[in-house]
Amino acid sequence: MENIIEFENVSKSFGDLQVLKNLNLEVKDGEKLALIGPSGSGKTTILRILMTLETIDDGFVSVNDEYLWHEKSDGKIIPASETHLHKMRDHIGMVFQQFNLFPHLTAIENVQQPQTLIKKKTDAEAKEKAEELFSLVGLSDKKDQYPHQLSGGQQQRVAIARALAMDPKIMLFDEVTSALDPELVDEVLTVLRKLASDSDTTMLTVTHEMNFAQEFADRVLFFDGGQIVESGKPESIFSNPKEKRTREFLKKFISNIN
Amino acid sequence: MNEVIAFYPILIKGTITTIQLTVMGAILALVISFIVGLARISKFRSVRVIAIIYLEFFRGSSALVQMFFIYFVLPMWGIYFDALTAGVVACGLNVGAYGSEVVRGAILAVGKEQHEASQALNYSVYKKYRYVIIPQAIPIMIPTFGNLLIELLKLTAVASLITISDLTFMAQIIRVQTALTLEPFLLILVIYFIIASILVKLVDLIAKKFSKGRNIMTAGDK
Repeated sequence: MENIIEFENVSKSFGDLQVLKNLNLEVKDGEKLALIGPSGSGKTTILRILMTLETIDDGFVSVNDEYLWHEKSDGKIIPASETHLHKMRDHIGMVFQQFNLFPHLTAIENVQQPQTLIKKKTDAEAKEKAEELFSLVGLSDKKDQYPHQLSGGQQQRVAIARALAMDPKIMLFDEVTSALDPELVDEVLTVLRKLASDSDTTMLTVTHEMNFAQEFADRVLFFDGGQIVESGKPESIFSNPKEKRTREFLKKFISNIN
Repeated sequence: MNEVIAFYPILIKGTITTIQLTVMGAILALVISFIVGLARISKFRSVRVIAIIYLEFFRGSSALVQMFFIYFVLPMWGIYFDALTAGVVACGLNVGAYGSEVVRGAILAVGKEQHEASQALNYSVYKKYRYVIIPQAIPIMIPTFGNLLIELLKLTAVASLITISDLTFMAQIIRVQTALTLEPFLLILVIYFIIASILVKLVDLIAKKFSKGRNIMTAGDK
């Protein structure tokens, strides 16, 4: 399998706070990756850099064999133009912690509008795709409601459908259950599990749900202080972490760890 | 009072002129509000600076003097307006300056997360504003626009001073003709009030239409 994402020596600071320190990361096409670690460890920043919501200070990020934040012009490597970023964003979709649905559109309009505006689909094609996705996320009966009429879990499922409608090669899930009431977490995780097992889309998820990470991921990365402390198969990370910092962190979530 | 009522044909004419001034001034003000309001958040510094100069000039000087300037001074430089156009332009430019602040404020009130969601779906800057940000900002603008519309209606009374035969102008005529002072002014006071009440109702209706099925403020707060 080929790498679809590569980070080479990527650094990023917010003021004095360095959130990523010379990060190197490779993600294979179709891989399901879970990013875990304490708050402020840089996990979310990785997703936001990939979604072009955050620039990088140093290093290179490649997506689909092309630089994301740079482009080649006359043999030289220069910072990416808006045109380049627009092309690159086409590969990537993101689901946010706070759903970020468009409140002035109904649930199904939220999923249709980006398809017709950006993917240049006809209304009929967009509607068909949207209905297909609403049945996938189990919300066919809610499709004409406005976001404020839906529960958090339902809103998040609409947001997942909206991101999927754009057919991204890479899906980013940024703590998608953190803003939900505990009883609504499962309905969203069920959708994500189904996606992970049925699709060959590359998925990166930042999560604090350790059980979910274990089922969802092919590989788990433990982050701390802007660096990858440990990386491996979920079985080995969760049952037999090698690094002390990983053990300390996981103790808060899992009781039977050695 | 009967003497004054006898002048009803010119009172009706004056009412129509006042409404004309208000409606045309409002359309011009609305267009200017959007142009200048959007210019204020442009990524180009020069565009922002021009918008600020416009805003500060029209907000910071007297509307009456602006009107005199357009009607009496511009012709000296070869730019002629008939009285009604001069009135509409002066009202539009003046209220448009205040309106641009309403547009700018409402657009900035739409959360950062809406910008990020649009970007994640690969909307261009134009599409983001056209389909996501401005549609959410409009319901926020409407109540303040309603207040400005009433301000505009009241501002049109000043236009009588550049020979426009609006309600106030007609009241002056009646006063001269009948030597009555209280009655004509009391009467137009009531007429202004009635027009204003109708405008308030109208704005309420528009606000309802725009907020139908939506609850933007609550949805944004979650």
